[in-house]
Amino acid sequence: MDKIRKITKMSLFLPIFSMILIMLINVVYDIGCGNAPLNFFMISIKNGVLYGRLVDVLNRGSEAAILAIGMTLVVSSSAGTDISVGSVMSLTGGMCCMLLAGYGVANTSQYAVPLIVGLGAGLAVALVCGLFNGFLVSYLNIQPMVATLILWSAGRAIGLLLCNSQIVYVRVDSFKVLGSYVGPVPTPIIVAAVCIAVAAVVLKQTSLGLYIQSVGINRKSSRISGLNSRRIILMCYAICGFCAGIAGLVATSRIYSADTNNIGLNLELDAILAVALGGNSLGGGKFNLAGSIIGAYTIQAITTTLYALGVSSAQAPVFKAIVVIIIVVIQAEPFKEYFKKLTGGRRASA
Amino acid sequence: MEKDVVLKMRGICMTFPGVKALDKAGLTLKKGEIRALMGENGAGKSTLIKCLTGVNHFEEGEIFLDGFEGPVRNKDTMDAQSKGIATVYQEVNLCPNLSVAENIFIGRAPLTKLRTIDRRAMNRQAKKLMEELELDLDVTRNLENYSLAMQQMIAIARAIDMDCKVLILDEPTSSLDDREVEKLFKVMRDLKKKGVAIIFVTHFLEQVYEVCDGITVLRNGKLVGEYDIADLPRVKLVAAMMGKDFDDLAKIKPESEELKVDAPVVIDAEGLSHAGKIKPFDLEIKEGEVVGLTGLLGSGRSELARTIYGADRNQTGSLKVKGKEVHIKEPIDAMKLGMGLLPDDRKAEGIIGDLSVRENIVLAMQAKEGVLKKIPMSKQIETADKFIDMLQIKTASRETLIKQLSGGNQQKVILARWLATNPDFLILDEPTRGIDIGTKTEIQKLVIKLASEGKSIVFISSEIDEMLRTCNRMAVLRDGAKVGEISGDEMTQEGVMNAIAGGDGNG
Repeated sequence: MDKIRKITKMSLFLPIFSMILIMLINVVYDIGCGNAPLNFFMISIKNGVLYGRLVDVLNRGSEAAILAIGMTLVVSSSAGTDISVGSVMSLTGGMCCMLLAGYGVANTSQYAVPLIVGLGAGLAVALVCGLFNGFLVSYLNIQPMVATLILWSAGRAIGLLLCNSQIVYVRVDSFKVLGSYVGPVPTPIIVAAVCIAVAAVVLKQTSLGLYIQSVGINRKSSRISGLNSRRIILMCYAICGFCAGIAGLVATSRIYSADTNNIGLNLELDAILAVALGGNSLGGGKFNLAGSIIGAYTIQAITTTLYALGVSSAQAPVFKAIVVIIIVVIQAEPFKEYFKKLTGGRRASA
Repeated sequence: MEKDVVLKMRGICMTFPGVKALDKAGLTLKKGEIRALMGENGAGKSTLIKCLTGVNHFEEGEIFLDGFEGPVRNKDTMDAQSKGIATVYQEVNLCPNLSVAENIFIGRAPLTKLRTIDRRAMNRQAKKLMEELELDLDVTRNLENYSLAMQQMIAIARAIDMDCKVLILDEPTSSLDDREVEKLFKVMRDLKKKGVAIIFVTHFLEQVYEVCDGITVLRNGKLVGEYDIADLPRVKLVAAMMGKDFDDLAKIKPESEELKVDAPVVIDAEGLSHAGKIKPFDLEIKEGEVVGLTGLLGSGRSELARTIYGADRNQTGSLKVKGKEVHIKEPIDAMKLGMGLLPDDRKAEGIIGDLSVRENIVLAMQAKEGVLKKIPMSKQIETADKFIDMLQIKTASRETLIKQLSGGNQQKVILARWLATNPDFLILDEPTRGIDIGTKTEIQKLVIKLASEGKSIVFISSEIDEMLRTCNRMAVLRDGAKVGEISGDEMTQEGVMNAIAGGDGNG
C-alpha cells in the first residue's frame, strides 16, 4: 500500500497512467479482433516510410505536442490559458502561403518569394500574436481567457483576409517537406522532437524554469525578490505564440495549402487538455513539461484508438469529453482527499 | 443594565484554528457616545466587531443590547441589522454600477401597487436622507461617479436609515483626506446628538482625540481597559496598546558603542515620498549603521522602507546611494545597487510556497545573476546548506517545500535569501515576528554582526526592547510622515513612546 501511495504521489504518475491505460485498451482491442496483441506498437516500412499506429500517434500528435510546450509555460506563469493558439496556427499558415503564392493567387507551383521568407514571416506573425496576448495579460492585467479570446476569434479571420477568402495551394515539393517525410521518418515527428529538445535544454541550462514557476506561485514575492514578473509572463505568451507558429507551419505543410477555416481548429483545447493531463495544475505554479508532452500524445492516442475502434470522427469528441471529465475529477481536491482517506483507512485496517 | 448603556459585551472568547483571537474581551457603549476601539493589528478589534455583527460565532461570553431581555446572539449580519446594529466596513461594499438611491435602498426598496420598485419614491427618500446629512449629490447617478469619501458617507447613510442604535465604523478614514475626514466627523457628531452610539475603529491617534468620548483598548485579544478620553492621555494610550506599564519601565542602557561619525553615507534620501502613503522625508544612513523605524502599526514605517527599496511604484523625490543619484523603478534595480528587503508579510510577499527551501534561498541571487547565468546546482546546494546550517533552519531537507516549514523557519529562509545576495544595505521589516525567543536573540546578534561588517541596516519591529538593543538611531513615524529622529540619551523606552505618541512637543 505504501508503495502504491508513493507512486501515485509522483509528478508523472497521472500522464503515464493515462498513456498506459490507452495502450492497454489497444492491446485488449487487438486481442479481441484476433490481431497480434502488440499491434499498436508494431512499426513496419511501407512504400519506403515508417508505418504503424504508434508512428501515426507520434506524427499526428506533433502539433499538439509543440503547442503543449508553450501552453505549459503560459499556464504556469499566469494561471490562465492561451485559447488563441489554434487561430494563430491558421493565421501563420495563411501568412506563409499568401507570401509564397503571392496575394490573390489561389494555386501556384512556384514560389513568389523564397521559402525561407514565407516561413519566417509566418513565425514572425505568430510571435507578434504571442506578444500581443502577453502584453494584454501582463501589462494591462486582463484575464488570460478574455485577452486571448480576441485573437481566438480574429486570428482565423485575419488569415482568411490575407488569403483573399480562398484556400491557397502551394504545390511545391520543398514546401511539402515539413508535413511529409525526411527519408522514412515523418518530418513532424522530427520538428516536434527538436522543439522539445530545445525547450528541455533551455529550461535545463537557464533559470527560466525557476523564474516562471516562482512568478506563477507568488507574483508579489517574486517581484520583491527581483524578478520582473510582467516581463516573464510576456515572454511565456511570446513563446506560446511562437510554438503556435511552428505548429501552424507543420499543419499547413501537411495539406500544402492554407485552409484557414480548418487549420488548428479546436487544437487549443487539445493543448490545454494536454497540460492538464500532464498533471499540471491549471491554477499555475509548478509545471512539468514532460507531463504535458506525454499528455499531448495521449490525446492523439485516444483519437487514433477511437478511429481504430471504428468510432466516427464526429462522435469522437464525446469520448474525449469523458476522458476530460475523469481527469478533472481525479485532480479535484475533494476527490484527492477522499482517495487519501480511502487508502489511509485501508492501511489502518491492515 | 445600567442607565444609558446601549451595548455591553462581556467576556467574549473566540478561537480560530491554532489562535486564541479573543480572550475575555469586552466593550461597553453608552447612548450618544463615540467610542474608539483601539489596539495594534491582531489585537482583536475586527474579531470583536465581527462577533457583535454575527459574522463570527464566539464560544464564550455575553452581549447585552438595550431593549432586549437577556443576552443576545446574532446569527448573521441581517440578524444584527434587524436589532439596530449597522456596520460600515473599511472597504466600501456597495455596488459601484448602481445609483446612489439604489445603493441606499438595495433589498428594501419602496414598492408600487404592482410590486415593482417605486423609483420615484426611492429617489425622493434618498434625496431627503442626503439633505439631512447635508451631502450635495445627485442620487440618480451611479455610485462610481463619487469619491471614496462620498461613497463612505453613502454607506453611512444607508446604515443610519435603517434605524440603527449602534453604528460601527471600521477604519472609515484610512482612505480619506483631511477635508473628507472633517466632513465625516461632522456627520458623526450629528448622529451623536440624535442619540446614536458609535464604535469608531482607527489607527490614527489624532482623530481619536478629536472626535471620541471614550476609548476601549484591546491587546492580544484581551480587554486592557475602558477609559474616558480625559483619563487617558496619548502616551498612556500608546503604552496600553503596546502593553508596557509606563511607570515600571526599566531603563535600558544606551548603546555603549560609539557612532561612527565619519563613516561614508550609504543611503541619502531627500524629499523622498510615496503618493498617498508617505509624505516627503529625508533620511541618511551611514555604513555600518542600524537605523530603526518606529511608530505604531499603520504609521507608515513599512511603507517608508519600501519607498527606499522601490517595492511599491510611484515614489518621487531624490535618492542617493553611495553618493550617486539613482532612480529605482523595480526591486531588481534596488538589488543591483546592493539593497535587500525582507517584507513583513511573509506569506504574501516573502515565501514562494510551492518551491523548495533551496530554490527559495537562491531565488534573489539568481534574479541578480539574470536568466541566462544559471547558478550551477553544486553552488546552489552549497549556498542552501551553508545558510540552513548558519541560521539553524529546521527543515527535513533542502528540497522540502517551504510551505511545509513553520513560520519562524520560513522567515529564516527568506533572511537567508537576502544574506545570500551579500547586500550592502538591508531592510528588515519585522524580521523576528513569530519567531521564538532564542532565535530572536540570534537574529538580533546577527544584525549587530552584519553592521560591524560594514553593512547598513534598517530595522523595523513592534518590540521596542528589540529596537533599543539593535539600533544606533531611530526615525519616528506618525500618520505616514517622518516626524523626528531619536538617538543617544533619548533611546529609552520612555523616550521612544513619547516620540511615537507625539505628546509634549517631542515629535
